[in-house]
Amino acid sequence: MDRAKRNHLIRIFIAIAVVYLAILVLEFTLRPTNILFTVLRKGAIYSLVAVSMNLLNGFTGLFSLGQAGFMLLGAYTYAIFTMPVSVKESERVYKYYECIVGFDTGAFIGLIAAGLVAAFFAFLIGLPVLRLKSDYLAIATLGFAEILRAIFQWDVLGPLTNGANLLREYKDLTRITLPFTDIPFPPTLFVFIVVGICILLIVLLINSSYGRAFKAIRDDETAAEAMGINLFRHKELSFVISSFFAGVSGALLAAFQYTVQAQQFKSMMTYEILLIVVIGGIGSISGSCIASFLYIALSEWWLRGLDMGRFLGIDAPDLFRSGFRRLVFSVIIMIIVLFFSKGIMGDKELSFERMKGFVKGIGRKKGVSK
Amino acid sequence: MKDLLRLENVTMQFGGVVAVNNLSMHVGEGEIVALIGPNGAGKTTAFNCITGVYEPSNGVISYDGKAIIRNHPTGRMRKIYAGQESGKYADEKILNPTPDEITKLGIARTFQNIRLFRSMTVFENVLTAMHVRAKENVFSAVLRLSWREEKSMAEDAEKLLEEQGLLSHRDDLATSLPYGLQRRLEIARALATRPHLLLLDEPAAGMNPQETQELSAFIRQIKERYDLTVLMIEHHMDLVMGISDRIYVLDFGSLIAEGTPDEVQNNQRVIDAYLGVAEDV
Ligand SMILES: Nc1ncnc2c1ncn2[C@@H]1O[C@H](COP(=O)(O)OP(=O)(O)OP(=O)(O)O)[C@@H](O)[C@H]1O
Ligand SMILES: [Mg+2]
Repeated sequence: MDRAKRNHLIRIFIAIAVVYLAILVLEFTLRPTNILFTVLRKGAIYSLVAVSMNLLNGFTGLFSLGQAGFMLLGAYTYAIFTMPVSVKESERVYKYYECIVGFDTGAFIGLIAAGLVAAFFAFLIGLPVLRLKSDYLAIATLGFAEILRAIFQWDVLGPLTNGANLLREYKDLTRITLPFTDIPFPPTLFVFIVVGICILLIVLLINSSYGRAFKAIRDDETAAEAMGINLFRHKELSFVISSFFAGVSGALLAAFQYTVQAQQFKSMMTYEILLIVVIGGIGSISGSCIASFLYIALSEWWLRGLDMGRFLGIDAPDLFRSGFRRLVFSVIIMIIVLFFSKGIMGDKELSFERMKGFVKGIGRKKGVSK
Repeated sequence: MKDLLRLENVTMQFGGVVAVNNLSMHVGEGEIVALIGPNGAGKTTAFNCITGVYEPSNGVISYDGKAIIRNHPTGRMRKIYAGQESGKYADEKILNPTPDEITKLGIARTFQNIRLFRSMTVFENVLTAMHVRAKENVFSAVLRLSWREEKSMAEDAEKLLEEQGLLSHRDDLATSLPYGLQRRLEIARALATRPHLLLLDEPAAGMNPQETQELSAFIRQIKERYDLTVLMIEHHMDLVMGISDRIYVLDFGSLIAEGTPDEVQNNQRVIDAYLGVAEDV
């Protein structure tokens, strides 16, 4: 490896270490109820699912609208796997049904299982659909997600899914402990570690021989096939891997919210994620991450005042009341989509050179205007 | 000389259009064979049949003595089939591989309208074509357990670029290259799949006379170096006549002549076919 590349990697490594250290410090200094933690956790979870969607959409050129469905599978799998047997047998969660799952696992196994279940269903959907040339995948996955949401609330599956009722008291973020101890895992750090590992794996995939094959399919299917790349096998692979990580992010979402209900995983959620991918830039991993945090911060934090009567120090209870936030939020999103049609990052990745260039660019503009 | 590629009674019919009509031809190991004919004669369609892009309506294609593609009219095609020899293969098993399977057998191709991977650099284009040979699976690739293999692939790709005189453009976007070099890169990319048989679809299209002449030497050179058999579609007659061992001439989907460059040049049907086109223009 040449020196420039090594230096680059070292700098990235240091930057990431600084972020994780900062999280740890925040976790021991701020109050746990601080809104910043909500934004960080949810932002990280959305980063993962956005990146997984980008793998499929941006890097393989396949269009799937099943994210909410795969997240639902992941969330339920995680909740059912990690809920202690004593809770399952009690009346506290499964009130109207006898839970048929007679075991419980730790958070780690729960996360893996969540990914595997989502991946398995993706595999089954992909078998017929990915052999077709055109965009049947979007229709099939959207339908799948909608049907899944209904099925999970179905009475007959009650002994497994608790019907339309909530699942809770599984290993949510407050109940996850450091391995082999009873010491609670700092929750935000836990989310960041899981998301970090998953995104690292996706980045490694994209930069491997398989990642290049995916990009080849996106660029030109006919040429990719002529170079010996089996379209079906590689599309299926990308779809299954993407869904695996959507499942993991669903599990993290379950852990983050303390409760799970099928109703929540509407197609609106998929569109939200799609929006994040588009805003971040189709084909940019760092773009998806940045856009996720911005999106969550904007919707959950910065614009909150718009619903509560006071925004940027202006008191206007008549204007700033419930619902106004959504309106402003939609306008902002529209502006972003209109003026950054390639997203914040285009298909490029964040790098130090780019940031330096950006800062210099601002400096130059100022210099000219003077 | 052993036949490397053999087509027997290959017909390709689209709806009512018979684009390739009962084509039989063969390419011997180590030969350079040209396929020529006026525009719309069905040359590219023949390539697409050989490489698995299209499923021929009828006929057999064998490679290295083994049938790799075989079909006879079935379903709707049985009713509308307008070609010949419809019964000849009716009892034989249909073989219908995908293009990647054909490539894995050792047949590589270039495209008439250049099809490079547009988001990739010159180097990545060649590297991508090596994926087919990689033994790694997705886990070993992600976890970098097969870094040795990736490293040797990268080295091979660089070597290939160096031989093709493309190394100075290594990190340029493939589509930013001048036209002639893009054609060269397409050939380099095809070579990266390690073919025995190379199919070139109008490699000199859009090149100036100087570049065309270089291309002629270049094709001979890669043929020797990689021990290739070449089947090429081309309109530049100087190139075709200078380089080919044998020539097949197609017109309206049917073979109208075959033979050495001299024989073909003096064939009345060939002259008529080309003059006919000239009159239309
Ligand atoms: N997919 C298709 N569907 C319908 N008709 C097709 C298809 N592909 C080719 N054809 C028809 O088959 C005929 C032969 O086309 P082909 O591209 O093989 O010609 P060609 O010999 O390569 O000509 P050129 O020198 O212009 O490249 C044309 O009439 C074309 O319209
Ligand atoms: Mg053609």
